[in-house]
This record gives sequence, structure tokens and C-alpha cells, in this order.
Amino acid sequence: MKKHIYLLLIASVAIWSCSKNDEEFLDRPSTSILTQEQIFSDPKTTLSVLADLYNRYYDFGTVEDWASLAGFNVAYWSEAGRYPEFQNDGWGYGAWGTWDYAYIREINLFLERCSEATELTEEDKTRFLAEARFLRASYYFEMVKRMGGVPLILESETYDFSGDASYLQHPRETEAAIYDFVISEAEALKDILPNDANTKSRATKGAVLAMQARAALYAASIAKYGATTPQVSLPGGEVGIPASRANEYYTKALEASEAIINGEAGGYGLYTKKPDLSENFSSIFYDKANNPEAIFVEDYLVGGGKTHGYTIVNQPRFGAEEEEGGRINPSLQFVQSFELLDGTYAPLENEIGGAPVYFDNIGDIFQGRDARLAGTVILPGSKFKSTDVDIWAGVVLADGSVVSGDSRGQQKELPGMTGQVQVVGFDGPIDGLEFTAQTGFYIRKYQDPATGSGRRGTQSDVWFIRYRYAEVLLNAAEAAFELNQPDLAADYLNDVRERAGLTVPLTAADVTFDKIVHERYVELAFEGLHFFDLKRWRLAHVILDGNPISPEEVTENIGVATKRETQPYNIWPYKYYNPGDANDGKWLYRINRLSRITGSDRFRLGNYYSEIGQGLINNNPKLVRNPNQ
Amino acid sequence: MKVKFYILALLVLAVSASCELDNFNEPDADFTGNIVYEGQAIPVARNQVRFELWQSGYGSPAPIDVAIAQDGSFSSRLFSGDYKLIFLPGEGPFRASSDTLYFNLSGNKTMDLNVTPYYMIRGAQFSQSSGTVSGTCGVDQIITGANGRAVERVTLVINRTQFVDTNSGGEGSIAQVDADLSDLSNLSMSVDIPEDAKKPDQDYIFARIGVKVEGIEDMIYTPVEKLNL
Repeated sequence: MKKHIYLLLIASVAIWSCSKNDEEFLDRPSTSILTQEQIFSDPKTTLSVLADLYNRYYDFGTVEDWASLAGFNVAYWSEAGRYPEFQNDGWGYGAWGTWDYAYIREINLFLERCSEATELTEEDKTRFLAEARFLRASYYFEMVKRMGGVPLILESETYDFSGDASYLQHPRETEAAIYDFVISEAEALKDILPNDANTKSRATKGAVLAMQARAALYAASIAKYGATTPQVSLPGGEVGIPASRANEYYTKALEASEAIINGEAGGYGLYTKKPDLSENFSSIFYDKANNPEAIFVEDYLVGGGKTHGYTIVNQPRFGAEEEEGGRINPSLQFVQSFELLDGTYAPLENEIGGAPVYFDNIGDIFQGRDARLAGTVILPGSKFKSTDVDIWAGVVLADGSVVSGDSRGQQKELPGMTGQVQVVGFDGPIDGLEFTAQTGFYIRKYQDPATGSGRRGTQSDVWFIRYRYAEVLLNAAEAAFELNQPDLAADYLNDVRERAGLTVPLTAADVTFDKIVHERYVELAFEGLHFFDLKRWRLAHVILDGNPISPEEVTENIGVATKRETQPYNIWPYKYYNPGDANDGKWLYRINRLSRITGSDRFRLGNYYSEIGQGLINNNPKLVRNPNQ
Repeated sequence: MKVKFYILALLVLAVSASCELDNFNEPDADFTGNIVYEGQAIPVARNQVRFELWQSGYGSPAPIDVAIAQDGSFSSRLFSGDYKLIFLPGEGPFRASSDTLYFNLSGNKTMDLNVTPYYMIRGAQFSQSSGTVSGTCGVDQIITGANGRAVERVTLVINRTQFVDTNSGGEGSIAQVDADLSDLSNLSMSVDIPEDAKKPDQDYIFARIGVKVEGIEDMIYTPVEKLNL
């Protein structure tokens, strides 16, 4: 019997193996990989490939990395592991470099494959292709800002394994050529992309015009102000733009900005929904419902799998939803640079002729200033998520000495008093204690007021705005100013300033280079734009000159473009304790520099354009090094 | 017997492991010298001015940076071999030959590198009295004509340590003052020594004068002078 079974088995195997076509049998479609044909035959899958390319968009500053928004001593970083950033004396030449040609290649591949697709509707295809071109131009723009001119690769290339890769080695284009490419791509795309102000996270006509305006403005200012630093250029033009081209670029910047301002790209405008001007300003960054100001954003969704922890790391430490927060502490210099409501500059008046000024309420010293101050910064005496912050550094006694603590909200006994009282705020500031408001301030911009935004389990879905209407106005103002149209520049500046509650409009005569620099500094702070402003005006090596800031000079020259910015200072509120005195219980302020800040930043000429690594040069000897490195 | 076998095995291992087959020799040559003009070393800021050495004969090339000390000297411990030496354009307060310098290194080598500075500081004198440091000097233009550059400022720098320059921030200077540039052959400046209660008293201070040339990042200095208070 057993024998028969074996025989039967062998026979059946033999029959099965001959009766089928082996090749067909083994050639099974993968169940986990989509083929190119499958992907580019359905608009949804094509869009998901595009979504990956969107997701890899390069931002210099982003809410996903809090430190990237708060560099260059506009703020102190209240995190113990980051103090060394304030103890060194500058940056390496490789800092801020980017060289992601894999990304470029994948965009090029997408363009090639999508344009060959046959089953997509012409309308879908046109939009997808235009979006990919927008992303490619955006990344070239990002590269030229950081590296100068780079090789311009517009087709995917393949190595033929011949042993000679020299045909894949491309030299750097000139810096101007890359800017020209970005501007001309924008020109070509603006009438292809949808003209829809309600689409925020995909490329639109508004986004592409805003990119064009910014790129043209950057190119123009490099051409104009690059003349002051002739050493920051290369003979082949890979770095540096001839001064003769400045006007042409400024004209383009003004034209593109005005196209948005005149409504050619849809209904963009300044966000003015809330009556309280400070709240209105902070709402720009978290109000995602019908926000006319946002032009192009990186969007997030709680419950949708895409969130970020910006609020977790920056929320006021007192009452925080996690045992952390408070990292970005805006500097005294930043806070005092907000104008009084009549448009004049003034230091925070903490003393007159050496004698301290006493304030009834803790926040009084900041009153009567540009509304953007309270909209950008959490000041002592203000609220976040309807909870008061508790920022005060200690108790000053009659003889001027200070009683304070070294833990948050510490209690001590004061002279002539029985029982212990709180002598320092629950938000600090305590010198060296991380997550407390060590400069006296927390950041408000981009913080999410929604419940749960500060919890690790929930996080925040506040968007990151890459282009917004106020920047377009300021771009237009700067271009108009440089083109000798100060009236027009004043008009655009006044639009932005009026929303900030400034009561005295600027006249044409008030518009100076310093005024433009100042307006961008306060309006666009903590949005990842300040650094490129410093670079393109060739101001970085002037204000970051490596010298420490003395306590005398810190309150001087407010609003001057060349004011030194090598170290952040702090201003701390103290409660005055002197029973029987008229000032007992009032508040006074002291200016100081934190003990952890021992270095002062120096921006070397070689920092203007990031280093192209030796490994890249070895692979491609046609690459020219950047200057001064 | 067994024990002896282990010893034998260990011996074989020890002998084979210490064979020279895949060991490199350590760097064996000191390359030292000064950057000089007319035989005089040119002091610069510490670790700010550098030149590059390239050694040929190995895989992916990478430069060896050699930083110049504040007295104008340099030293680097290297492998013997053939080297190329280049100054990067724009590096240093001088114009160096743009030609690549080839040399062979076998054993120690001392070599002075000739450069042409934009200016030289002549006759620097320092003095100190009651908490004030004064310095006088003259500045001599060396490169004239089309490549000549103007003096941006002349600065007297003082520091508590022997490392004195304006580039290293608080580490390189405790105080500095710029001179009036109306007569470049006769400059004088003086600066008060700042008091810092947090630092211990010391009865000496270091000073030097630096010249900043327009459009050039690095400065030319005098040698550091130690002054007793």
C-alpha cells in the first residue's frame, strides 16, 4: 500500500510540473510595490508621490526644529545642552550647507515619468508637472541662498558603469544664473498653477509669485550690497552678482509683489480679524480658517499623523502640559527694538539717572509699544492659554540687595516678616535653570493655544507659513525704496505698521535703509528669514563681529541696522520690598547678561556661503570652492 | 604539556600580531617656519590665518590645514613625502604668491614663507601708568598702486593672557581702542584697564597693536608685549 502512495505522489508531481507554463507561473505581480505604470495612471497615486516631494521641501527655519527659528542671538536658548551655542565664537564654514541632488533627481524623474503618463487627464498632468517644477525651483532657491551658484541639473542622469563618470560632473553655474532660473520658472508657472487663495499647502499662483518676489529681491540686494564686500565673490561669478543688475532685479521684485497686492493671484490680504491687535498678530500663525495672510504653508493635522512639538518645547514652564517648555527666550535687544506707538525708538526705561523706576504692574514697562511685541513675545504679566505666566526674578530689599531662589517658585523668609513667601516666579527667570524664561521672556509666535498642543501624546498642528502677505508688502516696500520710489515704499510699510497699531504713518522722507531693516526684523522675526536678510545686505559680518556687548551699548542705537548682535541680554522684573515705603510691592527692572553667555559670535566672511565639502570636490573636481574658506 | 601548548600558541599569536605588515609609521617629520617679509616674521591673530598642505600619492585628497601662531610661526607634524603648499585667496593680511609651492619632506624641515603684507607696523612702543596702557607706532604701506588698500583702523588691544587679538572676542581682548588715523607715521592710543571683580588680581598685562586693512578680514599685529603693572 505504502509503495502505491509514493508512486502516486511522484506521478502527480511529474504531471503538475509539466502541465503549467513555468514562466507564467512564477511571474507574479508584487503585492507590495506599485509599478511606474500603475502609479502614473491614477491621479491619487501620482499625487501621493508628489506629496512625498512636498514633504521633503527644505526650510531653513521650521517649527519642527525650534532652534532653526531662533538663531543669531535674537533669542537665548533655555536648554542646558544648548548653552555651548552661547559659549563659542561663531560657526564652522560648513554650517547651513545643503546639497541634496538626490531630491533634485527624484523631482526630475517625477517630471519625466509624469509627462510620459497616458492615462492622466491633461488638466491633472499640467498641474502636477507645474507643482514639481515649483518644488524644484524652490530647492534651487534654497541652495543658491546657502551655497551660491550650484550645478543646474534639469534632467535625470544615469551612470553607464563605463568606469568614467566625468560626463556626470557639472560645474557650478553663476549665482545670478540660479536666481535667473528661479525667477524664470516662476514666470513660466504663474499662469499654469491654480489661481486660488484658499489653497495653502500646494503650489498656487500666489505662492509662485511670492517666491519670485523674494528671489528677485535677494538677488537684487546681493548685487547692490555685495559691492561693499568684494572679497565675498568668485572670479567666475559662482558667488556674487554684478552690481549693474541690481535695478533689473529690484524691478522684478516690485512687479511680482504688486501682482499679489493687486489681487492678480486671488484674495490675499493682511489678517485683521481680531480687535486686540496683539492677539490679532499672534493669530496669523495659528488661525487656519479663511486666513487671507498665508500664501504657502507647511500644514499639519492632529489626528492625521502629521504634528510637531513646537509648543511642547516652548510653552511657559509654569502650567506646562509636560515637564518642559520655555526654550526660546527672546532677547532684550529684540524686545526693546519695538517702537513706541508714535513710531519712535526708546529703550525700556528701567532707570532714570541711575535710580530705578518703580512700576505699579509688572507689565507696565512694556506698555505703549508696537502691538507686534506682545504678539511675538510672552511678556511678564501676560497670559498664555488664559493662564498668567509667573516671570519675576526676585525681591529687591530697601538697600538694593536681592533675595531670590534657585528653584522655580521658591519660598524664603524676608527680613522683618514671619513665615515664608515666594521670592521667585514659577517661570523663573533663574540664571542657568533650563526651561525658565531666562531673558525674562518666552516666545509667543507659532505657539498653539489649543488644549493638548503641549502634550507629547497630542502635539500641535499649527502650520508653518513659508510665504505670507505681510512679507510680500515688505518686499514691495524694499524694492520700491531701492528704486527711488519712497512714497510707494512708505505706503506699503504703513499698511503693515497700521495693523501693528502704530499711530503715526511714515512719510516718504522717513523711509531709510535702517527703517526697512527694522521693519523686517520685528515683523518677520522667528520665521527663518532674518539670517538671509543679514546675508544679502552683507550685514552679518558687521553685526556679528565677535566682540562682546557692553551693558552701556546694549540699550543704545535701537533701530540702527548695524547694531551689534553678538550676545543676547536679559531684563528681569523684581518685586520691591520695603514696608512703609511708597514703592513697596511695586516692580523694578534690571538689565543683565546671563552667566552662561561667555562667547560672542563672529561671522567670518567665509560664512557667507557654506562650504562645499572636500568629498564633493573630490568626486567632482569642476566644483569651485566658496571664497574665504 | 597542555600549558606549554598554550604558551606556544600565545607566542605565535604575539609574533604574528606584531608584524609590520599593515601598520603605518607615525608621522615623522616636523615642518616648521615663519611667514616673513624681508626676513621679519609677521605676527597675526592666533589660529585665524592658515595655509593648506596637500600630500599627493594617497586616495581621496584632503587638505591639511596649518594655522599660523600669533608670532607668525607655524609648525606641523607630517608624514614624509611630497607636498604642495598653497595660500587660499583672501587669506591673511598679506599677498602671498599665488603659485603652488612644491617641496619634499623627509625628516624635519624648516622653511620660511615669503609674503608681502599690505602694511608693516614700525617702532611700536608700549607703556603703562596708573591703570592706563598707551601705545605708539607708525604704519608703513608696503603694497601700493592698484593692489594697495587703505587702513581701516589701527587698534591697541590688551588682554589678561598672552593671547591677544581682536578676533577672539572676550577671549582675545579685555579692552581695545582705535587710533586717530590722521598721521599714519605717528599714531598713538591709550586704553584704560577695565576692572573685573570676578577675576583675580595680576600685576601684568599683555598688549599689542593691530592694523585692519580695508576689505581684508585678518589683521596685522605687532608682537605681544608683556607690561608689568
